Amino acid sequence: MSTQRTARRITPGKVVALICLALAIAVSVLPFYWVLRTALSTNGSLAANSASLLPADFNLGAFQRVFGLQSPSEAIAEGGSGGSINFWGYLLNSVLYAGITTAGAVFFSSLAAYAFARLHWKGRDKVFALFLGTVLVPGIFTALPNFLFVKNLGLLNTMAGMVLPYVFMTPFAIFFMRQFFLNFSREVEEAAMLDGADHWRIYFRIVLPNAAAPLATLALLTFMGQWNDYFWPLLVGGDESSRVLTVGLGVFKSQSPQGAPDWSGLMAATLVSAIPVLIIFGLFGKKIVNSIGFNGTK
Amino acid sequence: MATPVLAGRSAGTRPGRPRRGGPARRRTSGDLKIALVFILPALIGLVFFYLVPTIRGIYLSFTDYSILGDPDWVGVKNYQAIAKDPLFWNALWVTVEYVVINIVLQTAIALGLALLMHHVARSTWVRGALLMPYLMANVIAALLWFWMLDYQIGIVNQIIEWLGLPRVAFFGDEGWAIPTQALINTWRNMGYTALLIFAGLQAIPGNLYEAARLDGSGPFQTFGRITLPLLRPVLALVLVLTVTGSFQVFDTVAVTTGGGPVNATRVLQYYIFQRAFNEQDFGYGSAIAVILFLILMVVAILQMKFLRGNESDLD
Repeated sequence: MSTQRTARRITPGKVVALICLALAIAVSVLPFYWVLRTALSTNGSLAANSASLLPADFNLGAFQRVFGLQSPSEAIAEGGSGGSINFWGYLLNSVLYAGITTAGAVFFSSLAAYAFARLHWKGRDKVFALFLGTVLVPGIFTALPNFLFVKNLGLLNTMAGMVLPYVFMTPFAIFFMRQFFLNFSREVEEAAMLDGADHWRIYFRIVLPNAAAPLATLALLTFMGQWNDYFWPLLVGGDESSRVLTVGLGVFKSQSPQGAPDWSGLMAATLVSAIPVLIIFGLFGKKIVNSIGFNGTK
Repeated sequence: MATPVLAGRSAGTRPGRPRRGGPARRRTSGDLKIALVFILPALIGLVFFYLVPTIRGIYLSFTDYSILGDPDWVGVKNYQAIAKDPLFWNALWVTVEYVVINIVLQTAIALGLALLMHHVARSTWVRGALLMPYLMANVIAALLWFWMLDYQIGIVNQIIEWLGLPRVAFFGDEGWAIPTQALINTWRNMGYTALLIFAGLQAIPGNLYEAARLDGSGPFQTFGRITLPLLRPVLALVLVLTVTGSFQVFDTVAVTTGGGPVNATRVLQYYIFQRAFNEQDFGYGSAIAVILFLILMVVAILQMKFLRGNESDLD
């Protein structure tokens, strides 16, 4: 192919292209370094060294502040608010929130997806269209009534109330798994069916083990999406006890102490919130990158 | 569907089994019962958290409701009030401004990046690096840039000063506030959008380019005559995602400007949030949400119609 032949030749156009690409990568990645550099700095020194590439007055105080390891007076001395902030609690809530919704949504959605892809029943396509149609409904529109529903159930500021709308399914998960099942070879299933296995057993013994790869991809995508969710947890889980990291970050930011924000503390908190996703990306980057073409265009 | 395959197999490969009965008969009578078991949890989610709330949301928009007590039916009063509400029109205007900046910037940058990746660097590393911002929460993207764009000691203003230009109050200036929010969103989404377009580019058969080259077509002509038309379904999808996503901007505004300065970033969803939760006016908030819903529906239908995103020229 022509691209391979031109790949060896270095043309001016190619140099410009590579520079543009390098620039885009720098803009995408360098801000993360800046967050780290600021988190390791001391607030008081930031203004005087606003352009230094290394941490200004290297110090781990910001991280101690974020995890509530500094006494209020220490925190205030370093430019913190001294207000109670406990990221361990938020971290745990985020893990629970993203973990429970992911487990439930992936499992239940794949069950439903199987019924849409493989079973034959009256009204199947209409029901599927109904599921797919929910993608068109903006989140804010259902969030208000869902808030009232959770409130009526007495589940405000509980993990149960937070996970309810997502734990049964997400339209995307159903769509994603249905697509996989449609392309999945029927032969093994049919052989098992002839041996007298019912759909339930076929699903758990044959289909599910063979769907490990797409299930893992789906779980990663769902987990990251839920981890980053802000609006719904803000509505139903705003209390200190049920806050997730994103909500905690917003609260941290709004506690602007002593006039100027606690920048190093805020960046340390930001980094702590980002680390789990960064780890997932480090481990499964290729899987995630390769999934993009799929969910977008197929 | 697969019934012929199944019938063929049961007749041919398993002589010991009777042709009728067992699985084959279950097929013809349908799998309704077992299907219900399979979809029951998802159905609960659909009914209680999508269908009922959609109906309830529409109902609430015709009521006066402050959470306490029962909703009072007031007809179209909320909609009449919205039509005369300058804050609503302002919210609609700044949201549209945000959406337009996002569409233009994001699509242009992403298309450029996708073409660059396609021609000079297809490695997973490049794609991974560009995708990183997208994996971050909006809240994180917002705070990160809130710091980097700080008027006093943010690195970006530092660089602007080195270039000999005056510092910019990215979040504090009424004229800059919405473009800044849009830039943050563009930063977060451009890699993802580029990857979607990149996947579309890879689906275009290489022999088309070969043929164009042999016919003496230059790079720009090839792009205009082959690449762009064949990318249309992907671009339609990208536009729908960008527009529907941008219309629902909330997170970055909520953690940075909180609607300000004055009303410069009081976007639709933030205004709904304030009316419903800060002012306990659920009826009014729901009515604006219905309007937002309708806008998104119309936009999606128009885009799919004009860009014919569900058809491909490749077939």
